[in-house]
Amino acid sequence: MKYIDEFRQPHLVQKLVDSIHQITTKPWTIMEVCGGQTHAIVKFGLQELLPKQIRLIHGPGCPVCVTPIHFIDHAIFIAAQPNTILCSYGDMLRVPGSFTDLLTMKAKGSDIRMIHSPSDVLRIAQDYPEKQVIFFAVGFETTAPANAMAIYHAQSHRIHNLSMLSAHVLVLPAMELLMKSPDHVIQGFLAAGHVCTVSGYQQYHILSERYRIPVVVTGFEPLDILQGIYLCIEQLENEKCKVTNQYNRSVQERGNLFSLKMIEKVFQVVDREWRGIGKIPSSGLDLKKEFQMFDAALRFPMDRSLLDTENGCISGLILQGKKKPNDCSLFGNLCTPEKPFGAPMVSTEGACSAYYQYRRKK
Amino acid sequence: MNCPISQPDPQIITLAHGSGGQQTSQLIEEVFIPAFFNDSLAMLHDGAFLNLPSNKIVFSTDSFVVQPIFFPGGDIGKLAVTGTLNDLAMCGAKPLYLSCGFIIEEGFLQDDLKRIVASMKEEAQKNGVQIVTGDTKVIERHNGQNIFINTTGIGVRFGVPIYPGKIQQGDAIIISGDIGRHGMAVMSKRHEFSFSSPLISDCACLFPIVQHLLQDGIEIHCLRDLTRGGLATALVELAEASNMHFEMRENAIPVSDPVRSACEILGFDPLYVANEGRFVSFLPPSLAEKAISIMQRYEEGIDARIIGFVQARSTPPLVVLKNSFGSSRNLRRLNGDQLPRIC
Repeated sequence: MKYIDEFRQPHLVQKLVDSIHQITTKPWTIMEVCGGQTHAIVKFGLQELLPKQIRLIHGPGCPVCVTPIHFIDHAIFIAAQPNTILCSYGDMLRVPGSFTDLLTMKAKGSDIRMIHSPSDVLRIAQDYPEKQVIFFAVGFETTAPANAMAIYHAQSHRIHNLSMLSAHVLVLPAMELLMKSPDHVIQGFLAAGHVCTVSGYQQYHILSERYRIPVVVTGFEPLDILQGIYLCIEQLENEKCKVTNQYNRSVQERGNLFSLKMIEKVFQVVDREWRGIGKIPSSGLDLKKEFQMFDAALRFPMDRSLLDTENGCISGLILQGKKKPNDCSLFGNLCTPEKPFGAPMVSTEGACSAYYQYRRKK
Repeated sequence: MNCPISQPDPQIITLAHGSGGQQTSQLIEEVFIPAFFNDSLAMLHDGAFLNLPSNKIVFSTDSFVVQPIFFPGGDIGKLAVTGTLNDLAMCGAKPLYLSCGFIIEEGFLQDDLKRIVASMKEEAQKNGVQIVTGDTKVIERHNGQNIFINTTGIGVRFGVPIYPGKIQQGDAIIISGDIGRHGMAVMSKRHEFSFSSPLISDCACLFPIVQHLLQDGIEIHCLRDLTRGGLATALVELAEASNMHFEMRENAIPVSDPVRSACEILGFDPLYVANEGRFVSFLPPSLAEKAISIMQRYEEGIDARIIGFVQARSTPPLVVLKNSFGSSRNLRRLNGDQLPRIC
């Protein structure tokens, strides 16, 4: 199949694996930032193919995993209001809030719709003008442009029964936070290819220089990931630290200018709390003042003081690469995809879910 | 002069069709009996008198709630017949009789009901099965588009019973064809995804292939049709039921390009996508080639091939999928539904 098979050819995989073995002389710890990369690494068993000294740790790039629990609670609160239709992506419906999840609310009678694209939300809002339609929007730079477009469209077409609960996050500030942590072990980054398709990687040079760390913008197929690892190890072994672009069939240094313009038009950068990690400065996107009439958090304000968030889940440590899923005492026995304690066990991009799905228990 | 009392629209199902009175009889006499006609049904009795050998009976039931009810490659009626016939076939039984219960929503189009019944008739006739008893209930309107069908089937087995406990170390695991068609066809129709290559359900009755295998003396240890949960879930269920370790080869598992493409776009694993016309069989490796050549004589079996082998007893039972890079992963049961990726 075009664009897939070329990047999964066994003989090329073997060749790259051999090259990685040849250049590796020391132990290195590399973080793949995106949950899609984690999923591919675990699904294709890529870690098994690498030299023992190479340790891959899984980053915070799963939009479902990092959405803080108060957003889930807020979405649940809105879904419980009469005359509302709450729309979100499938995985968000399964993430546990403080007391329940959206799927349970749906079963109890709330009108909650699983959507595939922001255009679904616009259509629903136009089909039900008498209802309040709320888009629980999550994701990184990848989903932000299309979600921004939905709000831009709602404004220009006067679709005033639509609003957005914006839980968007930005990747680079999270990578920076990880590097600032005194006990981090990250020696190289595989940056998220699809995020960089939108954002470009101009700003990654500062990160790489400031923390003297190689950053390789990397794709998602086995050959992409192995080549990303190769390019990263090559730099580490030669004491280099620069930004290189493995995923050049999709990513340009300046990114997708139209998408960036749309994000800038609709969203403003704000401090944002990340699930399990805490507040990261300038790491979120909220609606700009001129679009605040579409802000569901303002339209349906909620008192956060009643909620409780502790349940033993170590997702914060997992999202920072400090622990692996099977280091968690809940993993696989108390916490399973059927009964998740935390979001990383819910989403297919979550490290815990990927481990549960594809790996034998420790 | 027109009667001032409005009459129920004859083109839709009303609550009166489920009342057990005049309109119910009308529905039975005008829709079901002409389609499913046989002596038992013609008696218009509360049950059917069947003539069966007493110690070889196989019995199975299934309910069908698929949405949309019409999809590329079939409809809920065809599915309701093939689904239960396939369950009987997987026990090595020749299906003989079906019962059929309809739960229909008020407002459902009678023409759609007739289309569904015609599909059931066609599929039953093709496989020499009689629909001998049934029931109809009508529930209050939600959106006027729902119909649920339960079918229960009785069959007679050909020879010795076939079941998971008979799976043996060394058995070849053969799949009858490419996977994931039904789930992706239904999903693309449900969500109105327009992929450039058509996705058509594999919905089909598997009994003719199974009959051919058994009549040609293939010693089958176990059969399982792949339905919800896909190939992976079926294999895990069988590994657990037999306490065996299965080793599968990922690159041997046939997946058509349209299904692969749709799965890649949505972030689905075809191993967990539903099928309605595919099965796995476990049999001695020496018979594998012959079994495959029999399967390949049928349209549904054209892609039949060995996809793995039973290794040994194991605790816990495992299904390990080896990929072409030399690494492997464990298969698990499907949890909930596969959901489209966010980005």
